[in-house]
Amino acid sequence: MSQNFNILENSELGCFIAEFINTNCKLDSGFQLSNFKIAYKTFGTLNNDKNNVILICHALTGDQYVTGINPLTKKNGWWSRMVGPNKPIDTNKYFVICSNVLGGCSGTTGPKEINKISQEIYGAEFPSITIKDIVKIQNFLIESLSIKKLFAVVGGSMGAMQALQWTIDFPEKIHNIIHIAGALKHSAQNIAFHEVGRQAIMNDVNWNKGSYIKKNIIPERGLAVARMIAHITYLSDNSMHRKFGRKLQSRDIISFGFDADFQVESYLRHQGRSFVDRFDANSYLYLTRAMDYFDAEKSFSNSIEFPNIANNHINYLVISFTSDWLFPTSENKEVVKKLNYFHRNVSFTEIETDKGHDSFLLEEPGLDLTIKGFLKNNFNKINHHE
Amino acid sequence: MNNKLSMRKDWALIESLIDANSKVLDIGCGDGGLMAQLEKNIQTKTSGIEVSAHLAQKAIAQGFNVVQGNAEKDLNQYSNKSFDYVILSQTLQAMFRPKEMLLELLRIGGKAIVSFPNFGHWTIRLQLLLLGKMPITKGLPYAWYETPNIHFFTIKDFQNLCQESNIIIEKGLALTRGGKQIEISSGLSSANLFTNEAIFLLSYKNFEPIKIKSKQKSFAGNSVVAS
Repeated sequence: MSQNFNILENSELGCFIAEFINTNCKLDSGFQLSNFKIAYKTFGTLNNDKNNVILICHALTGDQYVTGINPLTKKNGWWSRMVGPNKPIDTNKYFVICSNVLGGCSGTTGPKEINKISQEIYGAEFPSITIKDIVKIQNFLIESLSIKKLFAVVGGSMGAMQALQWTIDFPEKIHNIIHIAGALKHSAQNIAFHEVGRQAIMNDVNWNKGSYIKKNIIPERGLAVARMIAHITYLSDNSMHRKFGRKLQSRDIISFGFDADFQVESYLRHQGRSFVDRFDANSYLYLTRAMDYFDAEKSFSNSIEFPNIANNHINYLVISFTSDWLFPTSENKEVVKKLNYFHRNVSFTEIETDKGHDSFLLEEPGLDLTIKGFLKNNFNKINHHE
Repeated sequence: MNNKLSMRKDWALIESLIDANSKVLDIGCGDGGLMAQLEKNIQTKTSGIEVSAHLAQKAIAQGFNVVQGNAEKDLNQYSNKSFDYVILSQTLQAMFRPKEMLLELLRIGGKAIVSFPNFGHWTIRLQLLLLGKMPITKGLPYAWYETPNIHFFTIKDFQNLCQESNIIIEKGLALTRGGKQIEISSGLSSANLFTNEAIFLLSYKNFEPIKIKSKQKSFAGNSVVAS
């Protein structure tokens, strides 16, 4: 890779920005992306052997602020219960990198950023992207940091797709992956939910064919509805029942109208509203599309079919949750079955919980125990052998 | 933990049946105790299956390749002869289809190691004979209505099944109630009386492929295409 990049600290975003200029990066769609930047954060210290690097891949609406305080929301990072000093992914021990994905909206090149060539905001002119493209961009970052091998790539949901893609595209650069609540391919049902979300955004008059930022407006109603739908898919029937039941919101009797009578309605409305403040509608379109396009069934099989030195060293950990109906156990097991069929080092556990797809972000002792031990023992292994 | 390991006599016997540096699958591996012993003592490359989520997580957290799953449903994901040895310890009697299980073990493994409690032990025979009730012993401690063991069989029954199914018994080891170890040979019927727990090393009978000698060179020339 040519050295046409520079890394700057951005005080406004509270993270680093790696900017690549005149770089040869061809996307899956054929689009040539020559100038791009990656917003990322690191936690912990890179050791002398440079073998303690863990790349964390965020989910659809995540960002680089995996732990610590997110400077934009002033809240804890999205996985601060998993990542940090003395946490299962222990930043006293590991050097954690988390970057905002290509097409995202927290500083990495995406539809709300300015196109260097036209000097205008990309909007809907942004090229279509795939999970493979997202990983390709992450690899540019890893190379610019002079890191040859990642100890582990870890991700849940869309992050799990990225982890899997890493094993396909850059197997020689990784030791371990932790694939949580993901799938070999995005299911028809999941594409259907995404499509409803996208339609909600694109049918908001403010969307304006994607160029709303110039006009200083945002398709907030469409984006909020998209989030409300998606949020339902992250929960489970049981957890919603437990949390809300049929309880009424700030009233004793029903209103015989269409206000948020029920607590669950009020909760969803709040989720929708607060999402609009932190997420870009076009990013939502592009990233949901990238997930829809994800189908690694063939490429993944091909990558493990023949034993070769490039990837038969990888340890795979797959984790699913009993109540996750978005990325159900059966789909996670497809990954496991393929790996077992080709004699790969694979571990799998299904965690019993009623909290649905979101479980990977929540308090689950089994999840913590498994991840912590898996990393610890595999870290000891490479340090004894090297 | 290592102290606990050395207490499992049956594990020592299982270990004695396995060649060093081989690939092993432990079905019902628990939290990985036997896997740890095999990897440490004879440097096997071991994988495991465990039905309990809690135990599977404990095993994974110790660095073992363990897949949470059900032996009767999830073995089909392994390709033929994926392992040198497949171990099924103390669970054959709890399987819905023990015969199919045995054949499946020998499909995915070159050899299978199977251990089970012997229902032919004299104390069990005596309990049924004298008391007229389903026997309860140390090895089979459950009452009939709550036992996970749904298929009771003796060493003789097992030997017969193997013979019918073209399974070769390469070695049979027995543990008596007092912890004494004896070798089971097919002719020795007293083993069936005194064995508490039996451990067998099995392989599948390999038939020579049938060679058909044909005088006619039917594939020569263009005869096939022409017709």
